[in-house]
Amino acid sequence: MVEKTPLLDFFTYAFLMLGIFIVGFPIIYSLIAATLPLEEVSKVPMPLIPGDQFMVNMKEAWSRGDLGTQIMNSFIMASGITFGKIVVSMIGAFSIVYFDYKFRVVAFASVFCTLMLPVEVRILPTYEMAANVLSPLQAIWDLLHLNGLVSWFSGNDISVTLNWSLLDSYSGLVFPLIASATCTFLFRQFFLTVPEELCEAAKMDGASPMTFFRKILFPLSKTNIAALVVIEFVYGYNQYLWPLLVTTNPKMTTAVIGLQNLIPQADDLPEWNLALGAAVLVMLPPVLVVLFMQRWFVKGLIEKEK
Amino acid sequence: MIKRSFFKSKYLPYLLILPQMLVTLTFFYWPAIQGIIQSFLLSDPFGRQSKFVWFYNYIELFTDPLYLKSIFTTLVFSIAVASVSISLGLFIASMANRALRAKALVRTMLIWPYAVAPAISGIMWLFLLHPSYGVVALAIKKWLGVDWNPVLYGSDAMVMIVMASAWKQVSYNFVFFMAGLQAVPKSLIEAAAIDGASPFKRFWYITFPLLSPTFFFLTVMNIIYSFFETFGIIHTVTQGGPGGSTNILVYKVYQDGFVGLNLGSSSAQSVVLMSLIIVITFLQFKFVEKKVQYGG
Repeated sequence: MVEKTPLLDFFTYAFLMLGIFIVGFPIIYSLIAATLPLEEVSKVPMPLIPGDQFMVNMKEAWSRGDLGTQIMNSFIMASGITFGKIVVSMIGAFSIVYFDYKFRVVAFASVFCTLMLPVEVRILPTYEMAANVLSPLQAIWDLLHLNGLVSWFSGNDISVTLNWSLLDSYSGLVFPLIASATCTFLFRQFFLTVPEELCEAAKMDGASPMTFFRKILFPLSKTNIAALVVIEFVYGYNQYLWPLLVTTNPKMTTAVIGLQNLIPQADDLPEWNLALGAAVLVMLPPVLVVLFMQRWFVKGLIEKEK
Repeated sequence: MIKRSFFKSKYLPYLLILPQMLVTLTFFYWPAIQGIIQSFLLSDPFGRQSKFVWFYNYIELFTDPLYLKSIFTTLVFSIAVASVSISLGLFIASMANRALRAKALVRTMLIWPYAVAPAISGIMWLFLLHPSYGVVALAIKKWLGVDWNPVLYGSDAMVMIVMASAWKQVSYNFVFFMAGLQAVPKSLIEAAAIDGASPFKRFWYITFPLLSPTFFFLTVMNIIYSFFETFGIIHTVTQGGPGGSTNILVYKVYQDGFVGLNLGSSSAQSVVLMSLIIVITFLQFKFVEKKVQYGG
């Protein structure tokens, strides 16, 4: 602060409090609602004193929404996406930055083109792809009229159908969302700032590329990895459209999607206490990750978008 | 760009880039090509037969009043979300930047909504703005004298999804404005103060112009957010209703493709969205290319 401005300082803190209150209000209100019995929650306005039904509501919501299974699914999906994205993009960036080969520029350009194109803009064809991952091979097969060829060779009428569906499976939830260029980009930018001398020294000592990667590059990237873990975990856990499409089996669906079934509709009992209790519970894992890894989170968020 | 000292190996680099290429080709390029082909075809709902129809799907699309309405709805929605969340984010960040005490605590209290899924934000606001149980709805009815009912009135439903979407996005904007504010040189502020500029003047003539890159960047990001990531909010809160008043473009792709099974039209809509986002990305890189070098 440059000069003394008591009045402005007062307003600063007042507005800050107001801001924090507005940001926190929906959560606090939901938490209170989760502690009330049904008669209290449907009063207008709802009382602001927490009740004692928290555990009862949580138990009911837990069993009705099958939250145990679904939160587990969300965890598996989020960790799969996080791990897959980081591994795939880190070795990819290593290849692009530290090797010289023919298709380097092509590879880089083709990955670069996918930057920022979210799954939301190509849902239908990606869904068809997930329903049969082998469909490109099938298309090539059909294009070359290999069926005719095979039947001609064997003398029988044989038709080959290639089918491998990812619907209602963990791989279906994870793999299509690993296709993203942002992480590769971030690692590339970071690798370019690593001093040249390190690689020269490693080569002089006779280290192989993979030894250099394991012993030098990986330890140097630790903070970047930590930052990306936070961002990608939150991203994976909060996915909505994709899990909605690829899973139809309630045992395979994720927690964020499953919550939909707990929202009271017009003709139901207004059991908002259950819906909001479950909502608070489901949002907890990513919120905790962000709060406890705040430093890496802020770093990751800002670096990723550069 | 490549390192001055690099490794030579025959197969290793291909092996290392292979997973990325495989995932990109199967889940990005192949579907994108399929989508573009599909958008030129007219298929029956079960995808058994299709006919090549040139630009029929696109012409249908842009003469369909429902689609034009959806474009308008999306524009209104994204402008509202971006302006509300950016101005709130900037306001809170500049307040937090002035505060001397408890900076870390303030930051902690403000960033966590980032981690809340859009759909969950939707559920909470659905309750707060519920026409019969919601406390905020009650306040609106009582103090503003409005006959609040998002189930019946399209404009109310729009306000509801804007609130749910903007609330979550404020913390994202806050993080970036905080970073931007801390990068403003202290000496500039002090020099202006010595020259007698008031805090408001300093903000308006020094801080605000210096924040303009952040501002531009956040505008783009918020528009992308409200175009695409708000799908969860629409799906839990309004399902595009009432009467299509909150049916934004992404939701329409989903509805026409997966509920209505109109494959050609849905693919054409996907292609339109894809081109749109490519233009946005291109503009953004053109604008920030001075800051970051992207080469081969």
